[in-house]
Amino acid sequence: MAEIWVHVEGYEGDVAPITLEILSKARTLGADVVAVAMGSVTAHNARLGEYGATKVLSDARSEHDEYFVLPAVEVFAALARERKPAAILFGGSYDGRDIATRVAARLGVGMAAFATEVSLEGEDVKVDVPIFGATLISHKVFAGDRPRIVTVRPKAFAAEASGGGAPAVEEVSPELGDATRRVKVLETKVEASEGPKLEEAAVVVTGGRGMGGPENFPILQDLAGLLGGAVGATRAVVDAGWVPYAMQVGQTGKTVKPNVYIAAGVSGAMQHTVGMKGSKNIISINKDEEAPIFKLSDLGIVGDVHKVLPQIIDAVKAKKGG
Amino acid sequence: MNVFVTVKQTPDPNSTPKLGDDFRLVRDGVELVMDQGDEYGVEEGLQLAEKTGGSVTVVSMGPEKANDAIRKALSMGAEGGILITDPGLAGSDALGTARAIAAAVKDKGFDILICGTESFDGSTGMVPPQIAEILGIPHLSFAKKLEVEGNKVTVQRQTADGYVMLEAETPVVVTVTGGLNEPRYPTLKGIMGAKSKPVENVDAAALGLDAGHVGEGGALVKVAGVDPAPERAAGEVITDEGQSGERVAAMLAELKVI
Ligand SMILES: Cc1cc2nc3c(=O)[nH]c(=O)nc-3n(C[C@H](O)[C@H](O)[C@H](O)COP(=O)(O)OP(=O)(O)OC[C@H]3O[C@@H](n4cnc5c(N)ncnc54)[C@H](O)[C@@H]3O)c2cc1C
Ligand SMILES: Nc1ncnc2c1ncn2[C@@H]1O[C@H](COP(=O)(O)O)[C@@H](O)[C@H]1O
Repeated sequence: MAEIWVHVEGYEGDVAPITLEILSKARTLGADVVAVAMGSVTAHNARLGEYGATKVLSDARSEHDEYFVLPAVEVFAALARERKPAAILFGGSYDGRDIATRVAARLGVGMAAFATEVSLEGEDVKVDVPIFGATLISHKVFAGDRPRIVTVRPKAFAAEASGGGAPAVEEVSPELGDATRRVKVLETKVEASEGPKLEEAAVVVTGGRGMGGPENFPILQDLAGLLGGAVGATRAVVDAGWVPYAMQVGQTGKTVKPNVYIAAGVSGAMQHTVGMKGSKNIISINKDEEAPIFKLSDLGIVGDVHKVLPQIIDAVKAKKGG
Repeated sequence: MNVFVTVKQTPDPNSTPKLGDDFRLVRDGVELVMDQGDEYGVEEGLQLAEKTGGSVTVVSMGPEKANDAIRKALSMGAEGGILITDPGLAGSDALGTARAIAAAVKDKGFDILICGTESFDGSTGMVPPQIAEILGIPHLSFAKKLEVEGNKVTVQRQTADGYVMLEAETPVVVTVTGGLNEPRYPTLKGIMGAKSKPVENVDAAALGLDAGHVGEGGALVKVAGVDPAPERAAGEVITDEGQSGERVAAMLAELKVI
C-alpha cells in the first residue's frame, strides 16, 4: 500500500492541532499513514495513533529543537529517498512551510501549498487549493517524481480521534552533518494575549484600519470579553504596529472558523477573507456600503465603528443582564 | 555588505485578478507594480547597505515589463539590476523560478539575499527558501526584524504566538514581512539617476538552465481545472440609524452566543 507521511509539529508542549487535522484526513485516503516526528514533540508519539497514524518515524535528537529546520529537512530528504512515500503532508504553518519547501527543492519534486482538499488515486495525489481569497478553487495535479509535497491550510479538516491504538514507533537517525547546524535558535518568545486563543475561540472580533488607531482596540477587547471571544486584526493593522502579528487573521496570519466573526473597519481584501471565510456567521461594520466584506456577511452594518460598537456593547450587556 | 534583493512585478493589489484560459493570471491590461512585500525588501536592503557601506543589486524574473520593478528599486537607491527574461521561462513553477534566480546570483558574491515572504499573486512563499536550498545556504524566514553584525545575521522570526530569534552566518537568504520598515518613496533625483544605472539582461541559456527544469515544460505542479468556490449566501445589509446594536444583540442571542 502507498505510504503517506505526515509531519508532526509541536505547539505549546503538545502536538499541534494542524497535525491532528492532517492525520484525520490522511487516514481516510486508503494509504498507510506514517507520522514523522522530530525533537521534543516525539514525547507525544503515542497520541498520534488516536488520530490515524499506524507508524511513527521518530527522531528525538535535540538538534531538532536547537537548530532551525535544516536538520528536519535533512531527515525528510534522507528517509524519503530511501523509502519513497507517495506523499508528505505538512501543515501550512510557519515551520511546516519552511521545511516542506526546502524538502521539495532538495528532492527536485513538486509541491502544492495551502491545500484544502487532498485525494489519492492509486499512488497519485490531487489537491484543491483556494485562490483569489477563496473565490475560486484550483485543482492541482503533479508531474515528475514522488513524493508529492503538500502543505495543508489550517482548519481545512476537522481533527477527530479515530480510537486507533498506539502506533508502531521506529527510531530513525539519518546523519546530521555540520551543514544542518547553520541556523541557531537563540530564543523563543511567546507574546501572551488575554482570553481564549484566536484559532480556537467561538467568537472572533477583528479590527481593521477603519478602527482608526491602536487606542481604539480596547473596545474590541471589551466586546470579545463579553462574548467569550478573542480579538483579531488585519495585516494593515499589525503592519502599522497597532497590535502584535500573532493577532493577524488571513493568508499570512491565522485561519479562523468561529461560530461568529465580527469585522469592524475591515475592507474584506482577499488575503484577509481567505482566513475567515469559513466562519459560520459573519457580522461586519463598515462605513463604505461598497466594502467587499459585505458580500460575505450574514449581517452587514453600514456605519461608523465608533458609533456602532458602543451600541453593540450596550445592547449585549442589556440582553445578558436581562 | 553586498546585498541582493529579489523584486517581483505583480498586479496592482487594488485590481481584481483574472485567470486566462490557460489558468494563468491575466497580466495584459492590468496595472503591474513592484510586489508590495518586495518594497520592504528593497528598503531593508538599502538600510543595510547604508549602515555597512555596501550596495544593493535587485534581481527580477519576468517579461520585459518586469524591468519597471527593477527601475523602481533603482530609483529608491539600488545600484544595479539583473533581469532574467526569456519566453522559455514563462510558466515556471516556484522551483523553476528559484532555479533561475539561484543561477543568476550564485557567482555574485552576495552576503544577504533579501526576498519578500510571499508574493501578492503567487502567495506561496516557496521561491525564497528554494533559492537558498539550491544554493546550499540557510534561509531565515518571516523576519520582522533583521540585524547584522560582521558576518552574523540575526532575525526575529514571526511564529503563531510570538517570535523566535534565529542566527546564521552569511551568505544567507532572508525573507522579510511587512512592517519591519517604512519603504521610502523614490525622489525625483533618484528617478533621474536610475536611468543611467546598469541593468543586465540574462536568458535561460546564459544561466545554463536545463530547459527540462524550467518554464511550463519543467513545471511539476499543474492546474487541471478551476471552479468557483461555493458562495456564501448573501446576507442582509442595514444602515446604522442607532438600531444596529439591538439588531446584533438579537442575532447573537439567536445564535446562543449570549
Ligand atoms: C501577500 C499578501 C498577504 C497578505 N496577507 C494578509 C493577511 O494575512 N491578513 C490580512 O488581513 N491582510 C493581508 N494582506 C493585506 C490585504 O491585502 C489588505 O491590505 C488588508 O487586509 C487591509 O486591511 P484593512 O481591511 O484593515 O484595511 P483597509 O483595506 O484600509 O480597510 C479599512 C476599511 O475600514 C473602513 N472604515 C474606515 N473608517 C471607518 C469607520 N470609522 N467606521 C467603519 N468603517 C471604517 C473603510 O471603509 C475600509 O473598508 C496581505 C497582502 C499581501 C499582498
Ligand atoms: N519572478 C520573480 N522575480 C523576482 N523575485 C521573485 C519572483 N518570484 C518570487 N520572487 C521573490 O520571492 C518572494 C516570494 O514569492 P512567492 O514565492 O511567489 O510567494 C517575492 O516577494 C520575491 O521577493
